[in-house]
Amino acid sequence: MARPGYMIPELLGRLGKKPVTVLYPYEKLPTAPGLRGKIKFHTDKCIGCGMCARDCPSGACVMVEFKGEGRKKSPEFNLDRCTFCEQCAESCPKDAIELTGEYELAHFKKNELIIR
Amino acid sequence: MAEITFPIGPIHPALKEPERFMITVEGETVVNADIRIGHIHRGIEKLVESRTYIQNLYLTERICGICSFTHTTNFCQATEDILGIAPPPRGLYLRTIVNELERIHSHLLWVGVAGHEMGFDTLFMYSWDDREVVQDILELMTGNRVNYAYNTIGGVRRDLNQSVSDKLLKGMDFLETRMKAYVDIGLNETTILKRTQGIGILKQPEARKYSAVGPRLRACGIAYDVRKADPHAAYGEIPFDVITAETSDVHGQYVVRALETIESIKMVRYMVKNLPAGDIRVKAPRKVPPGEAISRTEAPRGEDIHYLRSNGTDKPDRLRVRTPTMANILNVAHTLKGAQIADVPMIVAGIDPCMGCMDRVLIIDNDKETSNMVDMEELRKYAIEWYKEAPNR
Repeated sequence: MARPGYMIPELLGRLGKKPVTVLYPYEKLPTAPGLRGKIKFHTDKCIGCGMCARDCPSGACVMVEFKGEGRKKSPEFNLDRCTFCEQCAESCPKDAIELTGEYELAHFKKNELIIR
Repeated sequence: MAEITFPIGPIHPALKEPERFMITVEGETVVNADIRIGHIHRGIEKLVESRTYIQNLYLTERICGICSFTHTTNFCQATEDILGIAPPPRGLYLRTIVNELERIHSHLLWVGVAGHEMGFDTLFMYSWDDREVVQDILELMTGNRVNYAYNTIGGVRRDLNQSVSDKLLKGMDFLETRMKAYVDIGLNETTILKRTQGIGILKQPEARKYSAVGPRLRACGIAYDVRKADPHAAYGEIPFDVITAETSDVHGQYVVRALETIESIKMVRYMVKNLPAGDIRVKAPRKVPPGEAISRTEAPRGEDIHYLRSNGTDKPDRLRVRTPTMANILNVAHTLKGAQIADVPMIVAGIDPCMGCMDRVLIIDNDKETSNMVDMEELRKYAIEWYKEAPNR
């Protein structure tokens, strides 16, 4: 039966519930366990093969000179360019790259968003 | 019509095909509508040629923000076709599940957008609240809410474990009750009926002539669905009905989309319960031999086509994408003729335009020979006011 205010019973049903939105910085929604967030790089496992940089779709992962022992080059992850697709972790033959669930990536200095 | 120069509006970089409508009016009636598209040409098709197939997976995903998965499915299918590899059954099922989840979230989004356009923001708020359920499931399953990065050439990237599938089924049960409520509201709430019934009518011959796709076509009573007509992924094995409506108007599209969502929920449930065991992907070589392939999928908005040509290297030679909105925008110019100005937002929103941004609408009054520019927000307000003045219009 078509009538105006057909949705009113549903509106009344919602009156007792708390708002759907949350006050973000103080109250946070839980994230999914498999969320692709900030990259974690295990430098001890890396062999400097460059597969991550080769497959990176956004140019966030680039190979740079490595000062330490063991290999000549090492990847550098620019999180300001990263699209968090996890392709680098998938391409890595030594599982040296992992994506954590950390999603709050606002920083004051650009340097803080580069992972070496 | 006098020649008019106008500024190109603020460009929204997130959308594929922004459009501009030049509408000629006589009083309140639209006598002519001219649509211009292509203001934000991002050059994705050319960019594809300079990237490897793996990098292109993430690029094709960004063609559209709402139906991102259907584009990667198409790209993967075309590449797999040239390579001659077939993903394992479990991979195909998982691909189909995400495709259907995407349809659910896209149709719920449309219900909200349509509600917003008709000035019924309650519907907008509630449907978007329910959409969060499916968005959370997608995040849990794929790792992201919008750009899932779930597809890969030769299958999918993540498996579905028991705890996720339990949550998925629970979410589907909740959404089914909610969707049934939306069907009920759509058929009985006067606000929806008055703003959608008899508006944006596209008759069957015109629908065929302008090659309408998706819910716009099915609302005209033509039972055409790529999932049935050319089954891809696992669609050949899943029972489902093609929903049609006979009314040919915006209300028909509401009904088609709402019932289609219920159908998708049933499909997801069937697929999760009958998920084959085994691998989720096969290894694909980096270099693709020369060849060409066409892949079609039913995106939430209609038929989406990818044409891919390879040249033996690890980069494609050519990719052509025909998005559903591109096909549907043709019939909008036709349906706008004879409509009231106040119904323009509803008709345009009816096809669920992917770009969603009717950046600028130019109203030219033939009698006064004046023109003034209004944006979408003003037009929406005008429409709500116009119907408020005399509700029985």
